Amino acid sequence: MNSAILKPRKRIDRSTMITIGIIIAIYMLAFGLEQVIPASSMIFTVLKKGATYALVAVSMNLLNGFTGLFSLGQAGFMLIGAYTYAIFTVPVANRLSVYRYYDGGVIQFTLPLLLAIVLAGVVAAFFAFLIGLPVLRLKSDYLAIATLGFAEIIRAIFQWDKLGVVTNGSNLLREFPNFNSFNVKDANGNVTLYLSTLIPFLIAGVCILLIVMIINSSYGRAFKAIRDDEVAAEAMGINLARHKMIAFCASSFFAGIGGAMLAMYQNSVQAKSFTTAMTYEILLIVVIGGIGSVTGSCLSSFLFVACSEWWLRFLDQQQTINGWQVPLLRSGFRLVVFSLIIMAVVLFFRQGIMGSRELSDLFKNRWNKPSRKGGVKP
Amino acid sequence: MFSTVLPYLLSGVSVGGQYALIAIGYTMVYGILRLINFAHGDVFMVAGILMVYISASGVPLYISIPLVLALTAAIGFAIERVAYKPLRSAPRMSIMISAIGVSYTLQNLVLYITGGLNQFYPSIPFISDTVTIGGASTRMVTIVTPILTLVLVVALVMLINHTKIGMAMRAVSKDFETSRLMGIKINSVISVTFVIGSFLAGVGSILYFTNYSTVIQTSGSMPGLKAFVAAVFGGIGSVPGAVVGAFIIGICENLLKGLDTILIKAGIITKTFGFTTFSDAFTFALLIIILIVKPTGLFGEKQIDKV
Repeated sequence: MNSAILKPRKRIDRSTMITIGIIIAIYMLAFGLEQVIPASSMIFTVLKKGATYALVAVSMNLLNGFTGLFSLGQAGFMLIGAYTYAIFTVPVANRLSVYRYYDGGVIQFTLPLLLAIVLAGVVAAFFAFLIGLPVLRLKSDYLAIATLGFAEIIRAIFQWDKLGVVTNGSNLLREFPNFNSFNVKDANGNVTLYLSTLIPFLIAGVCILLIVMIINSSYGRAFKAIRDDEVAAEAMGINLARHKMIAFCASSFFAGIGGAMLAMYQNSVQAKSFTTAMTYEILLIVVIGGIGSVTGSCLSSFLFVACSEWWLRFLDQQQTINGWQVPLLRSGFRLVVFSLIIMAVVLFFRQGIMGSRELSDLFKNRWNKPSRKGGVKP
Repeated sequence: MFSTVLPYLLSGVSVGGQYALIAIGYTMVYGILRLINFAHGDVFMVAGILMVYISASGVPLYISIPLVLALTAAIGFAIERVAYKPLRSAPRMSIMISAIGVSYTLQNLVLYITGGLNQFYPSIPFISDTVTIGGASTRMVTIVTPILTLVLVVALVMLINHTKIGMAMRAVSKDFETSRLMGIKINSVISVTFVIGSFLAGVGSILYFTNYSTVIQTSGSMPGLKAFVAAVFGGIGSVPGAVVGAFIIGICENLLKGLDTILIKAGIITKTFGFTTFSDAFTFALLIIILIVKPTGLFGEKQIDKV
């Protein structure tokens, strides 16, 4: 058998080069903007939260879009990640005030930041493994509702009074390092180099790169085979249970890291806020971006966050144009418009922004047209 | 001992009846479309909001209650036509996502209209009255709910088993394509299903919110999810199963809420254990157990996978 033919080309083609160029340009832009524009600008809120959501959305896409496992447990795994990060990074000196009702809690040490972030992912993946053992045997919508149920159970456990010495019960966890802690400061406390936007971009970027590498590996191809036809995939020798578990744990790992990032973005963590509504939001981001497209998920995260936090804000305030009072505009209208846009996407543009294409595919069509035509011919 | 348990048991039966009325909507829609209608809980919430606004406009009760029920049924009908019908040939996941989108839209719409504030549910004479049963003081709604639920369920089962539209429903839920070939108007059957489901959710909302007295845009999601669990527990697609499941969940949940008090009064434990935190989580634990042990639920039919 000539297996060499099946191997993907190693040569870096033009579309990949352009893609890499665009990504580097985005990072330089994110870094540059932060040095120029005042830190209080809305754009940084959007960029930081957008990067966080991009990671979570891509992790959900890995499961829902590439493996075809319809899971609605993302908020639960984010919660685990956020709590793990927060619990292990609150400075020892602040523990007494944070764990006010639990005499400072039982954990009296802190982990290095990077280690805590990775641990957030590992703990989330471990929980996913435990949950996956029974749940992954279920099919489509039963799986969805079971994972959703687990997210709710996790939320209840973390709020439980008896675990308060670790989780602080239903109280806020706070005073842990956030994105602003990455800014380089001089002796007077003035910021000399802003890194608070670049860092979330880097964390999310590295994680998304890892996910893309998983998707392009033999595991990724097995995931896609499972998505397209479970029975056929099994007949081809793919171990269903094992691959589903890998996808579920990997997705949860990155959701956990996303949770840690969300904790950093919000400055505080409370189990109460990780509701199913959060999972729905992320699912809608994935759908808007295109189920099965990493680029789409990233793009739509930033669009989603920008629309909900920034661009549509004007809809929430009373506006007058030439003395004419615009009707309907008041607090909450933004969300109505927003949800109608989402419904329109769900109903009429089912492919989302990108369908299942990636950034590099956009250039491939243009540059490699002649060779492609030849390839398609029977 | 019994007098400590009784209040929780009573409110459990009452809440169970209310869940049952919502669960029927889930189970019927799932039976026909194989769709978890995530928006159903929000239809239930919207019915509550409608009641608040309609009775605030000064309409007498004998008009407002039928009006609310009719409007709720109309909303259910409209949602199906707008959000689910265009996706009939799409993959099941698309319809489910559409349902999540509808849920999101309804919640935001209500948030906009109410300004995100708790709305006080109007008190309805007779069912808001206080009564005393076996030493436990409760509201009339606690007694009315199970009775009304059973009457409605019996009527519904009669409808499904003995009328032409009921026969059509059963046919469609057995085999979508074949029943279409047999000349059944699929769309009208599905519409009727949604109308019935929403109507019952409307009845449930009147009973539920009379008990809880405030409505906010998120108050539909938890009862909705629990009712869905009840539907799965009883065997999705089966109306009596959904009702039995709902009563079991309602009673267990309320007993769990009172477990600390009950155990302390009985002298088994001395300190509170914090069981109340798990009253919501319990429902989902039950769901996962039933899905693993008996995925078809108590009364469900065995599903055979076709390749």
